[in-house]
Amino acid sequence: MATSTQPNSATETNTIMSTEQQAKPTIKTQLQQDGVAEQLADLEIKLKVNNLRLSYGESEALKGINLDIPKNRVTAFIGPSGCGKSTLLRCFNRMNDLVDNCTITGEIVLDGQNIYQPKVDVAELRRQVGMVFQKPNPFPKSIYENVAYGLRLQGVNDRRTLDEVVETSLRGAALWDEVKDRLHDNAFGLSGGQQQRLVIARAIAIEPEVLLLDEPASALDPISTLKIEELINELKEQYTIVIVTHNMQQAARVSDFTAFLYMGQLIEHADTNALFTTPMKKQTEDYITGRYG
Amino acid sequence: MDKLNLGKHISGKFNEELESVMSKVLAMGGLVEKQLMDALEAIQKSDQELAERVLKSDRKINELELEIDQACTRIIAKRQPTASDLRLVLSILKAISDLERMGDEVERLAHVAQESFSKDQEHLLVSLENLGQLVLVMLRQVLDAFARMDEEAAYSVHQQDASADRQYEALTRQLMTYMMEDSRSIPKIMDVLWAARSLERIGDRCQNIAEYIIFFVRGKDVRHMSPASMENTVKGIR
Repeated sequence: MATSTQPNSATETNTIMSTEQQAKPTIKTQLQQDGVAEQLADLEIKLKVNNLRLSYGESEALKGINLDIPKNRVTAFIGPSGCGKSTLLRCFNRMNDLVDNCTITGEIVLDGQNIYQPKVDVAELRRQVGMVFQKPNPFPKSIYENVAYGLRLQGVNDRRTLDEVVETSLRGAALWDEVKDRLHDNAFGLSGGQQQRLVIARAIAIEPEVLLLDEPASALDPISTLKIEELINELKEQYTIVIVTHNMQQAARVSDFTAFLYMGQLIEHADTNALFTTPMKKQTEDYITGRYG
Repeated sequence: MDKLNLGKHISGKFNEELESVMSKVLAMGGLVEKQLMDALEAIQKSDQELAERVLKSDRKINELELEIDQACTRIIAKRQPTASDLRLVLSILKAISDLERMGDEVERLAHVAQESFSKDQEHLLVSLENLGQLVLVMLRQVLDAFARMDEEAAYSVHQQDASADRQYEALTRQLMTYMMEDSRSIPKIMDVLWAARSLERIGDRCQNIAEYIIFFVRGKDVRHMSPASMENTVKGIR
């Protein structure tokens, strides 16, 4: 008697199977269908790293990195100490040029141009690609002059323009309300978290296209850290952001894409939602769950 | 415990926390299994005393559910688990809620065992026995698969639920025929029908747990998935 219902369910199964066979969903596409994961191919790429190798003297720190950094997104680099994540970050505005014995091959393409071509003006590159470091490093000047510094270097001295840029930058760095009444006080009077936001204001005052953040919150208390993270989220509307962090939860919170580096190699690069729930490589899994490999 | 890979965290304390919560889940599963076994025996032998004990054992299962819930909450708050650790905690939270519900279903079986059936009604209980044994095997296997996080074994349990459903349907039809033959027996038959329904629900919940196991291993939620893509997921075909 029970078998009377079987033919129905069997035909139903068959029709489902035939549609499934046309497009086998992968884990990633499943996440994408749910609107949880983005795919790099759908995004405009701001920075493209092609087979980048970097050595300090004899030792190779980056062993052939290929990576795409999408525009208006936050990309986080994670990995254990010495994996090359800071080195890679510093390649994006040629900070490694300043290191002796440092040889670089391969290319980094910013908006279609290889930044390692000899004709590239490094000062101009660093205007386009701003950087914020782990320890806040304001200049021993007033809050106002810190933010206006970049423009003054470019020869802008018009008071009205400077006033305007200082205000927009400080607002952009979510610091304006806290400092608007003491713009001419020395920047060293600010707290660590405020100093870090001041440095970000200084970086965005010259309207860069890419912001590199090297452990921007690791010297800050949890509340200041959250403020910086919130700021990063707001800044990505206008800038392409690359962040190096030791704090995995931070990478998970702030980034859209995460790249896991290990011993100078890129192990996995994926949408952050996918990487932190279903990493594809065992090395990534071991690292983010705190296991020894 | 191979796929679980629990003992390899750099933090030994975290290992302990996960191992302890996992062993509690297995203990809880063991209690539900014992409870179901006893309830089936109580029905078969009309053992009132055993049925009473089954009803009482539910308290311990509920306690364990609360304990495991709290332990998982603490792990999430303090460890912020990611990837497989996160999937493990989520699977555990879901699995224990299914286990607890199974306990409730077993309670209904125990109530049926406490009913008195006349000689010519006892054959009703025999038909319940087959379904009961099938579901008991499913529960055993799925708990075993959970302990080892064995997705193939989980998938095989998942497949068995279809035959539990078929048996339940057949049983329903049989009971309906009895009802039509003798309307005075309807109250008793309804009791048996409810018991059958409870067993069928336990089978469904075993199927749920099987899905959590596959989710843990493959990182992909297979609920509401077609049979073909579920099979692919279990086999790791992407």
